Amino acid sequence: MKLVVAIIKPFKLDEVRQALTAIGVHGMTVTEVKGYGRQKGHTEIYRGAEYVVNFLPKLRIEIAVNSDIAEKAVEVITTHARTGQIGDGKIFVTPIDHARRIRTGETDSDAL
Amino acid sequence: MGTCASRCLRASAALAAAGAIAFATPALAAAPSTIEPADTAWMIVATALVLMMTIPGLALFYSGMVRKKNVLATMAQSLAAVMLISILWVAFGYSLAFVGDGTWIGSLDRAFLAGMGMDSVHPGAKTIPEALFMLYQMTFAIITVALVAGSVADRMRFSAYLLFGIAWFIFVYVPLAHWIWGGGFLAQAGVVDFAGGLVVHLSAGTGGLVAALVMGRRQGYGSENLSPFDLSLAVVGTGLLWVGWFGFNGGSALGANAHAVMAILTTHLAACAGAITWGALEWSTRRKPSVLGMISGAVAGLGTITPASGFVAPWHGLVIGALAGIICYWACTSLKHRFNYDDSLDVFGVHGVGGLTGTLLAGVFATAAIGGTSGLIEGNPKQLVAQLYGVAVTLVWSGGVTWGLLKLVSAFVPLRVSREHELEGLDISQHGEALQ
Repeated sequence: MKLVVAIIKPFKLDEVRQALTAIGVHGMTVTEVKGYGRQKGHTEIYRGAEYVVNFLPKLRIEIAVNSDIAEKAVEVITTHARTGQIGDGKIFVTPIDHARRIRTGETDSDAL
Repeated sequence: MGTCASRCLRASAALAAAGAIAFATPALAAAPSTIEPADTAWMIVATALVLMMTIPGLALFYSGMVRKKNVLATMAQSLAAVMLISILWVAFGYSLAFVGDGTWIGSLDRAFLAGMGMDSVHPGAKTIPEALFMLYQMTFAIITVALVAGSVADRMRFSAYLLFGIAWFIFVYVPLAHWIWGGGFLAQAGVVDFAGGLVVHLSAGTGGLVAALVMGRRQGYGSENLSPFDLSLAVVGTGLLWVGWFGFNGGSALGANAHAVMAILTTHLAACAGAITWGALEWSTRRKPSVLGMISGAVAGLGTITPASGFVAPWHGLVIGALAGIICYWACTSLKHRFNYDDSLDVFGVHGVGGLTGTLLAGVFATAAIGGTSGLIEGNPKQLVAQLYGVAVTLVWSGGVTWGLLKLVSAFVPLRVSREHELEGLDISQHGEALQ
């Protein structure tokens, strides 16, 4: 099992969700976050005064998937979250040691 | 139900008839009234429009431009101006500004509205009740005091603002209003100010600039993000100010007449020209026309046309509005940064510079056929000299007295909140409330 964490642009969420559903990903957790990478924020100008906004609004998507479709999920997110502009985000994949569905007590793959 | 309703209606009709007789008798006995219903109706509307400019207009305009932690405190300053100045105006402000023919100050003959009857009229507005004239002028005093607060937004202690606002009203606004509108020495010198370029905008702008200099820059000015909380509020506030300005300038004709309509037309065109010019300057220099820029240009156009609105032709409004966009843009984006003062919401850059510019341009464009006064273009350079005199007196008086009053107030209450409270935000530290 793998945990795929993706930081994406907020307006790409629907597109990414639909594509993930199409490859059999049943659920996801979405969190509103702020941050920056190489983009280093952006500059806003108010009456001649420049302000650098370091922390830009992003969405953090977390999906837990079986190892065999983890790579496919990463591909799908990459394709559908991409605009080609700076600030499209990043994807991190980590192993999951154990999973459990709280309602039924099912474990690991059955719990996903 | 039906029976009760008809019984109630009959009872109230009888009461109304009795009331009408009771009130009609002394009115019939009095001297023939010059009060005109149409003028009265328009001035009631104009009074409401100008009051709307402070709450909610200015409150939204200003609070949209501060940070989230200071939104309520900024609104509170506009609210406080309405509450305090209204009472002070009735108590003695109106009388000192508009009653009596003193060169320097009016009289206390109308203090607490003494002697003001239902049929009283002011010599300067003979077709509307004096109480309405008093109310209308009250709304100008209110917004002027509220305007000053924009310069010191984000850092002035609320108690200090209350004391300063009261003192500023007494020692800056009331004398200036008398000198220019109440028949004082500036009026005698021929200075014209249709709706408050000097009395409202330059006086508030100069007072704000001095207050910003005395109090110092905000924590983090120039290094941290002090960007506006919610510009959509500021846009709504601008819309209310813009419409309210029809009462501000149109009402200054003091009657429902063509003069009022011309002033409103001129005002609207100046606002449009100001907004377009400011936006175009940003578009050409910074590649994007900002919303803050367009609303700033609109307010600059409105403030700048104010002193001239009843004296110039509509197309002059376009020229004055466009010049306002250019000059106020320069003041807010260049002048301010060159001298590195922190006029938080650009009260001096927009209202002060706008009021100054418009007062001088009134001396240039004044058209006898519109307002009975000729300016430079019609071959009367003396009017421009008079306007310069008015500007100089307003700058010196408002600037000097504001400085003295701030020193005086600071002897009783610190002007500025502590560093910790400023960082925490004035909503919590001054009012114990916060936006979530």
